Amino acid sequence: MSASMPLPRDAVAALLGRYQVPAGVADELMDAAGTVRPVWRRFMEHIAGQTPEQLRHQIARANHYLRDAGVYYRQYDAGVSAELEWPLSHVPVLIDEADWNRITAGLIQRANLLEAVARDIYGPNILAREGHIPASLIASSPEWLRPLVGSRPRGGHFLNFAAFEIGRGPDGEWWVLGDRTQAPSGVGFALQNRVATARAFAEFYANANVHRLAGFFRHFRDSLNGMRNMETNRVSILTPGPMNETYFEHAYIARYLGFGLLEGDDLMVEDGELMVRTVTGPAPIDVLWRRIDSNFTDPLELDATSQIGTPGLVSAVRNGNVTLVNALGTGILEIRALLAFLPKLCQHLLGEPLALPNIATWWCGQPAEAGHVRSNADRMIIGEALSTRLPFELDDHAFIHGNQADDTLGKLEDLLRDDPASLVGQEVVTLSTTPALVDGVLLPRPMSLRVFLARTRDGWRVMPGGYARIGRSENPAAIAMRRGGSAADVWIVSPDPVAQETMLAPPEGPFSRAVPGTLPSRAADNLYWLGRYVERTEGHLRLLRALHLRLSEDPSGSAPTVALLRKALDERGLGEEANVPDRLLQTIASAVNSASKIRDRFSVDGWMALNDLAKTAKRFSGRLTAGDDAARAMGVLLRKVSGFTGLVHENMYRFVGWRFMSIGRALERTQFILQTLRETTASDAPEGALDLAVEIADSAMTLRRRYALASTRATVVDLLALDPMNPRSILFSANEIKEHVAFLPGADVFGQLSALSRAVLQMQTSVAVLTPTTLDGAALQAIRQQAFDLSDLISTTYFR
Amino acid sequence: MLYDVTLRMSYRFGDHPASGRQILRVLPRAVPGRQRVIASALDFHPRPVERSDGSDFFGNITVEAVFRDVWRETAFTVAARVERTVETAGLDFSPAIESLPAAIDRQRDLGPRSPHHFMGPSVRIEPDAAISRYARDQLLPRMTACEAASALNMALYRDMAFDAEATDVDTPAAAAFALRSGVCQDFAHIMITALRSVGIPAGYVSGLLSTRPPEGKPRLEGADAMHAWVMAWCGEEAGWQEFDPTNGIIVANEHILIAIGRDYADAAPVSGVLKTTGSQEIDQAVDVIPL
Repeated sequence: MSASMPLPRDAVAALLGRYQVPAGVADELMDAAGTVRPVWRRFMEHIAGQTPEQLRHQIARANHYLRDAGVYYRQYDAGVSAELEWPLSHVPVLIDEADWNRITAGLIQRANLLEAVARDIYGPNILAREGHIPASLIASSPEWLRPLVGSRPRGGHFLNFAAFEIGRGPDGEWWVLGDRTQAPSGVGFALQNRVATARAFAEFYANANVHRLAGFFRHFRDSLNGMRNMETNRVSILTPGPMNETYFEHAYIARYLGFGLLEGDDLMVEDGELMVRTVTGPAPIDVLWRRIDSNFTDPLELDATSQIGTPGLVSAVRNGNVTLVNALGTGILEIRALLAFLPKLCQHLLGEPLALPNIATWWCGQPAEAGHVRSNADRMIIGEALSTRLPFELDDHAFIHGNQADDTLGKLEDLLRDDPASLVGQEVVTLSTTPALVDGVLLPRPMSLRVFLARTRDGWRVMPGGYARIGRSENPAAIAMRRGGSAADVWIVSPDPVAQETMLAPPEGPFSRAVPGTLPSRAADNLYWLGRYVERTEGHLRLLRALHLRLSEDPSGSAPTVALLRKALDERGLGEEANVPDRLLQTIASAVNSASKIRDRFSVDGWMALNDLAKTAKRFSGRLTAGDDAARAMGVLLRKVSGFTGLVHENMYRFVGWRFMSIGRALERTQFILQTLRETTASDAPEGALDLAVEIADSAMTLRRRYALASTRATVVDLLALDPMNPRSILFSANEIKEHVAFLPGADVFGQLSALSRAVLQMQTSVAVLTPTTLDGAALQAIRQQAFDLSDLISTTYFR
Repeated sequence: MLYDVTLRMSYRFGDHPASGRQILRVLPRAVPGRQRVIASALDFHPRPVERSDGSDFFGNITVEAVFRDVWRETAFTVAARVERTVETAGLDFSPAIESLPAAIDRQRDLGPRSPHHFMGPSVRIEPDAAISRYARDQLLPRMTACEAASALNMALYRDMAFDAEATDVDTPAAAAFALRSGVCQDFAHIMITALRSVGIPAGYVSGLLSTRPPEGKPRLEGADAMHAWVMAWCGEEAGWQEFDPTNGIIVANEHILIAIGRDYADAAPVSGVLKTTGSQEIDQAVDVIPL
């Protein structure tokens, strides 16, 4: 490869022509003399060797990947939430392995220190009694959970997964800016950053001696799996749900590690044990990696207003029947004021100084410290003592350099007098800069780094990489994503070739097929409704297309079938024909909503296809003209629906969830055909109604092939209701439902048909015995009622 | 003073079954030197599918109960014999309120009776400017902590009207104070807010009142249902003192203590809801008979 051949020095110089490090700031790329550091040299030469065109192409590869993988985060702004594209800063941060080893040693020490602090403040509280931590500070934190005081976590550890936010100061040394022990996020995004960045620089990355990440995840996965009571209990991620900012990551990590993804509502506590509600009844579970803050996990003993918790979870934890990663209550380790005490606590508890200092912090609840903060306010950020935010995620009311961010709190002087214990002063953070590509040019941008640690059987393991936040401008306050910051991959570069890692465990013993996990009731519910909504969308689209085809032939709309169609659309709430009706958009949105709750069970392609449908429909809305234009647009949407269903049915594993989705689809189709037949075969139906029925049931070709005659009521009814070979017919759907239900858990009860199996058999039989003559309006109505009852029965049997 | 206590609470639903998990804090607890529980029992009708008895952080007696598909009504009955042994107050050993912060700082314990739990905001207690101002207006310089708490107790008794219709169980203290009316829970929350605002640690006490007042004395307000009052920390020596602002008295032997906490959320007789589609109606009956 040509990378080993040094490029002319002026190519790199040209690349860095505008790279000017602000005064008084350390830089990752360049040393104080302005020379590129050794760890970056080859990479810079690689970039300098690309034409602008090539570089753009490489960047585009990463962006493509992120879009295809559907990476997003959710941002709340003034009460409105939106899914935003992932803002990747394409240039990774390169860290020399030797430098990195110092960081990891410091962070492992810190994780052990925090573990010891947690053990004390949820145990004997000796630290408070001896004055190492103020008792009032612990007692006033909402993250000190009294219901957990005195209980040791099962397995003995409060922390099994931790993250630390670190930054490099002007002197080149690393500092800890904040601790993340509650439910640290970012590890899945770090993985996505890696995949995308490795794609962008694929040619270079392969031989760049960059430490791989998979090994870290494999070890953590194995250690979580090792905490289970029984092998059949599936480790799961406990998420606050799709409205959470980082839900993408929860679903992604669950898929990547082969874990379940559960919400509080999926869980229940029975006789002190934690259970998942599944379609086969409650199934035990005992290891949860929680991504939800402690206070929300149990409305009974913690925050009573939580709608996303599981009543009784705390008591299951106290009974020692479940391991939460991390233990409930570990959020207290994140409070800012604690940083003021950790240096001394390290000495006291571990008998050694902090290997990696944290940013200097003074808690104003102590008179001397308050005095220090008062006289040095202009060199500090002064904010809430109990806040768990990071220093650069400024509180709405903080004082920076003695000036307040807004005027909600009044004068600093008054606050320091009236409520000093609520404040901490922290040294203003000066972060190092690292290169970012801004409009094709490399510019220095402030950077902070999140590093992840997992407890494994052999102790703490540090992910060799991390999640870098890159500022939008030179202002370090602009590093948070909500302020326009972006994220970058972190490469730990070894002088020697590194091991290639995969998620696959080394082979152990003979092959055995894994038992598919049980399906949570909520997931089954969502799959069922996804099937229904997608099928409903298809029906809506066929009706609309039929209308617009007719309007394109006769814009006056006087044809009798147009009146029939308008009435049919009206009955389904699809009144505004010239456009994409709101009801159609709602149905599609409901499908997306159902799918969004089960993203871990879904291929990325399927999800993208469904979103594409939703986006296209929205784009069409309000822009179509009745007739040909709208008819063609409906055709486009129909093909997108087929694309989705095709993907799903080609690729989805035939687990019980797939059956729920298929039942939903077949039931919806039954209802659609029933209603269509009722409308088109009534005695007063206009001429052409039968052809219309065949058209909207997408069975025209079949009709011609089978009957080669003009359509009569008998042939149409036979084809759409009673033909077991026509996939659109009622009998076909009924047969399909019967077959799927037979595979559902509890389909027979000690050899007897369950209530549901019985109902399905009844419906299927009542269709099968009909003839075109006996299938009249009353018969249609009777089957319709059976289909309704069936849907209710499925809900009460499996989704409750 | 010996009492026989009975408390019955019932929940009636419409035509739908109810299910859920609840934690009850309805059994009187022992308080060293002040209250002895000779016997107590809690019975459910119908019986819960699960029941576990325990205690919470503050030492209150808890009964966790799980109900599945209960029709029409659940009810429970508490029966207890309790002895109250509060001595009438002697000398006031509490420090001046100006010296109370130093006394609090000297406390390094985080046990259930540590004043540190009862200082800042808690679930139902938020600082409120109007209540703070009111509290300051009741104080005189060099008052002791006990005197200050007594003064607030009497002031609220004087300025607030007892009105069962004015507020409900979720009304914030600030709102009840603006109305100058409410029930015992509101009186207690307002007084706690006031005490904390002047630096006196204060907590919530739930319990019962004697339903048969001594000869010649009126029946106390709140005796027909569960009652609530306030505890205030008055320094190392005086410790926790209890005040009943609804009745303007210092708590002695007519009050049966059931649970304590930072506010109602910690000491509520019933936490957790039974989920049902229909309506719910709650009824309680209390009998506290001196023997």
